[in-house]
Amino acid sequence: MQQSPAMQTKISQTNIIQAQNLTYEFISHDNHIQVLRDLNLSILQGEQIAIIGSSGSGKSTLLSLLAGLDIPSRGSVQIQNNAFSSLDEDGRAAVRAKSMGFIFQSFQLLPSLTALENVMLPLQLKSHPNAKELSLEALTKVGLSARVEHYPKQLSGGEQQRVAIARAFATQPTILFADEPTGNLDKATGQIIIELLFKMNIEAGTTLVLVTHDAHLANRCQRQLKLENGVLTEQADLVAA
Amino acid sequence: MNLSVSLAWTQTLSLWRSGALRVLVFSLVLAVTAISAIGFFTQRVETALNQQGGLLLGGDLAVIADHAIPDALLNRAESQGLATAKTYEFSSMVVFGEASQLAEIKAVEEGFPLRGDLTLGKYTSDLGKVVKNAPKSGAVWVEPRLANLLNIKVGDVIEVGERKLHVGAILVREPSRGGDMFGFAPRLMMNAADLPSTKLIQYGSRVKYQLLLAASPQKINQYYAQTKPTLSRGEKIQDVRNARPEIKSALDKAQQFLGLSAMVSVILAMVAMLLSSLPYIKQSLDTFALMRCFGASKSTVLQVLAIQTIMIAFFSALLGILLGFIAQFGLAKLAGSLFLETLPPASSTPVFIGLAASIAMMFAVVLPHAWQMRNLTAMNILRRETLAQPISAQAKFLPAALVMCAMIFWQARDVKLAASTIVALVLLCVAIVGLSYVLVTLANRLFMLSPRSQVLNDMKLGVLGLKRRFGLSTVQMIGFSMGLMVLMLLALIRGDLIRNWQASLPIDAPNRFIINIQPSQINGVKQFFEKQDIKGGSIFPMVRGRLISKNGKDISATQWQDERAKHLAEREFNLSWAEQMQSDNQLLSGRWWTPKEYGKPYLSIEQDLAKILGIRLGDKLLFDVAGDPLMLTVTSLRKVDWDTMRANFFAVTPPGVLGNYSANYISSFHLPIGADAAMNQLVRNYSNLTVIDVAALMQQVRGIMQKMSSTIEYVFAFSLLAGLAVLYAALIATREERIAEATLMRVFGASRRQVSVSYVAEFACIGLVSALIATIAANLLAYYISAQILNIPFQFNATLAFGITLIAAFIIPLAAWLGLRGFLNVPARQLLNSI
Repeated sequence: MQQSPAMQTKISQTNIIQAQNLTYEFISHDNHIQVLRDLNLSILQGEQIAIIGSSGSGKSTLLSLLAGLDIPSRGSVQIQNNAFSSLDEDGRAAVRAKSMGFIFQSFQLLPSLTALENVMLPLQLKSHPNAKELSLEALTKVGLSARVEHYPKQLSGGEQQRVAIARAFATQPTILFADEPTGNLDKATGQIIIELLFKMNIEAGTTLVLVTHDAHLANRCQRQLKLENGVLTEQADLVAA
Repeated sequence: MNLSVSLAWTQTLSLWRSGALRVLVFSLVLAVTAISAIGFFTQRVETALNQQGGLLLGGDLAVIADHAIPDALLNRAESQGLATAKTYEFSSMVVFGEASQLAEIKAVEEGFPLRGDLTLGKYTSDLGKVVKNAPKSGAVWVEPRLANLLNIKVGDVIEVGERKLHVGAILVREPSRGGDMFGFAPRLMMNAADLPSTKLIQYGSRVKYQLLLAASPQKINQYYAQTKPTLSRGEKIQDVRNARPEIKSALDKAQQFLGLSAMVSVILAMVAMLLSSLPYIKQSLDTFALMRCFGASKSTVLQVLAIQTIMIAFFSALLGILLGFIAQFGLAKLAGSLFLETLPPASSTPVFIGLAASIAMMFAVVLPHAWQMRNLTAMNILRRETLAQPISAQAKFLPAALVMCAMIFWQARDVKLAASTIVALVLLCVAIVGLSYVLVTLANRLFMLSPRSQVLNDMKLGVLGLKRRFGLSTVQMIGFSMGLMVLMLLALIRGDLIRNWQASLPIDAPNRFIINIQPSQINGVKQFFEKQDIKGGSIFPMVRGRLISKNGKDISATQWQDERAKHLAEREFNLSWAEQMQSDNQLLSGRWWTPKEYGKPYLSIEQDLAKILGIRLGDKLLFDVAGDPLMLTVTSLRKVDWDTMRANFFAVTPPGVLGNYSANYISSFHLPIGADAAMNQLVRNYSNLTVIDVAALMQQVRGIMQKMSSTIEYVFAFSLLAGLAVLYAALIATREERIAEATLMRVFGASRRQVSVSYVAEFACIGLVSALIATIAANLLAYYISAQILNIPFQFNATLAFGITLIAAFIIPLAAWLGLRGFLNVPARQLLNSI
């Protein structure tokens, strides 16, 4: 089931992410494990991409390499045609602060911060003058205006993920990375979260890189890529396949 | 039950492997180590000090009577397996040829001295050899002073009463020589078996009968407790503590300080445990939630938790006790060279105390969580939902607070000290919460003023973090403040205590007293001082007078129950006069006289005497001085430092009041080494003078003080370690959360520098606030303890305060940053996987 054009972002022809010969390997207990092999990938600005694959196929590793949370063993990642994976830790952090947003399967909210403070955190890092206003606005958009002073443990799983979505969009990122955003939620809540995520993505025109093992969710994206044995292949309609 | 034990064991092992338990166990082990090491060590030192004091008494305990010791008391001691020796002390003339001299005779039974030893020489200037026995029947030992006065030597035969006895040795040193310092003539020691043949003890003779006892502390305590209530009139029982006031005051102060140190270690260790229990509780709750998911009943879960708690407490206690024992062994070994005799072995009491303390502390930490868990569903626990069964922070810390209070009372051994410590701790917590709130809000406001630079923004993030985590930050600040406060407090009191002791007995403190100086001999004595270059050798007049009435009411010994009051009311006072108050006196109320008031019937009274006899400022006291009535008005009350070994007086008048009465004079001075011959010449010139040599006694007092100072240094080092452990625990208490936060900040694009700056700013604030509170609290508390409990003057130590503040403001953020730094270099992805 592909989503309607109304639920899709406008794609420009500019490459926003480019991965070349991306390889990630490590040695564990004398075994040489290759997670990603010479992988090539181009993502256009505004594109919605789903990376699917079974558990342990390396989806999350690929996402962390694209987001600069880790560095590849070989190959390179470019963001907006600029070298990215070759930058040092702080260099990559600066790019992330400027243009990336994140949504995690386990929400990754800080338990000691309120919903509002969690959303404000990335804005404060950028010394944003209107951190509070923007965060309140984002929380209102995700329907949590009445829960801004609540702590994560006082919120349900779905509500926590909404806070995470608000946090991701509050910084108005160019690229949004979402790692199994519905993985910890029941189906109904997951559906609500997905609708919200795509709605906000369209409104903001953000490039979305979504990692999931859920074929239905993947089909909501404009492109689907399957990761298997460290190799990435373009997929047609997954449900039909 | 078997299942619960095996589950608890597996769970404990897995918690250990995961690292959640390590810090808690570390703190618990440290707590038990501190408690048991100080327990073992102080117990051994106390026993040694008591024995040291016992040397002065000649035994561990003495029953003293003005009549023959009742057989019942001796029989009781013998039946309980106590070592006994009787002594008889009285004054009598000793005759050698034509010469005679009043001597203080001491007849002792075989077995004397029960504690300590005697030093015997062959001639008067012989350094002598140490012996541990009484003179044999037929022999006497005489002090060099007596030998000089009568010109006798070893082998001569002298007459004591109707008996002729030969001089067996010169008694160079007799540690057990006690009694009124100004009352004694030179000593002659003989065997009690020869006493009847001297026929000196008759009906009505003034004899001091003593029964000396020695045994283990338990037996001595038992005997003391049984005997004290059965004593009749004229009998008293003395232990080391009330035998000698100068030893008593040193012992009491040292014991209070050791108690304080032990207590401080307990408080610190418990604070460290509370702080480090957070990760343990979190992980335990996860496991128990899973167990509940898998079908374990509530009672099974609680049972597993209880067994797990006991297991952890037991193994930590074993390790702590073992380490404590090793530590005290090391301490005792280190201190050993300073002690004359080796320390007595440790008893098993600290082992049980360590074990009990460990279990109590562990349950105090776990209990509130177990209580909360009773009614939570598995889902509640999994999601850390605590709202269903809210538990307030107060309730969470209540059991720990109760255990802490109980241990403070137990360790302090002094209700006043324990209560004041608890009040201070509560006030400290309140002050920390209040002050930290004010300071954090203030810092926030300051940073809200639109920061212009990136660094300021990053610092603002850190300060914001403080406000966000206010609860946790407060707990951390309490931990830091307490750690710093007790370190500072110990440093302050320890310094004061040692300085005070050293000052009370300086190296040139008087070591000789001359009494019975006649007015015509004053110039001769002054010339002697000048010739021998003796400085500070002052001469005080003394007029004897008996107190007859107070404000018109007759004074009678029978009106007091207290033995000391009776004694004071009965005895004659040594009234003295002075223009200026002595430097070791302190005016408590009223005022000292001016030169215009010389000759007026005023009186200055020592405070203890005034208290015992109920004398107040303005009271009119009537004295009988050489048969004449003399009415004096109390115009001031003084505190006298009796520890200084200087001549001091209970009652002093202005000059010109006692001038018409015949006075004799007393002097105390420091006789330099090698001036003995000149001293003897002086005594030969004025044969009525009595010189009292207190050098040996002072040497002993000084030795004991020195050992106590060393002990305190060692115990202080231990408390210092516990203090550092709290600082460490306070740092790691929130480490996991901070790593999570730092990681997320990095995912969102914060640079390592940004994370570091905000982190350091946060901890610098925590450090500064903690140091500020600790400095204020430690000084207030030190002032209170010095002035109210230890009775020593307090001095504010600005260098220490500044040093601690500086260390806290730099070291705390530095240590925190060092702890986090490692994680800043790990790829964010790895950390995300682990949090």
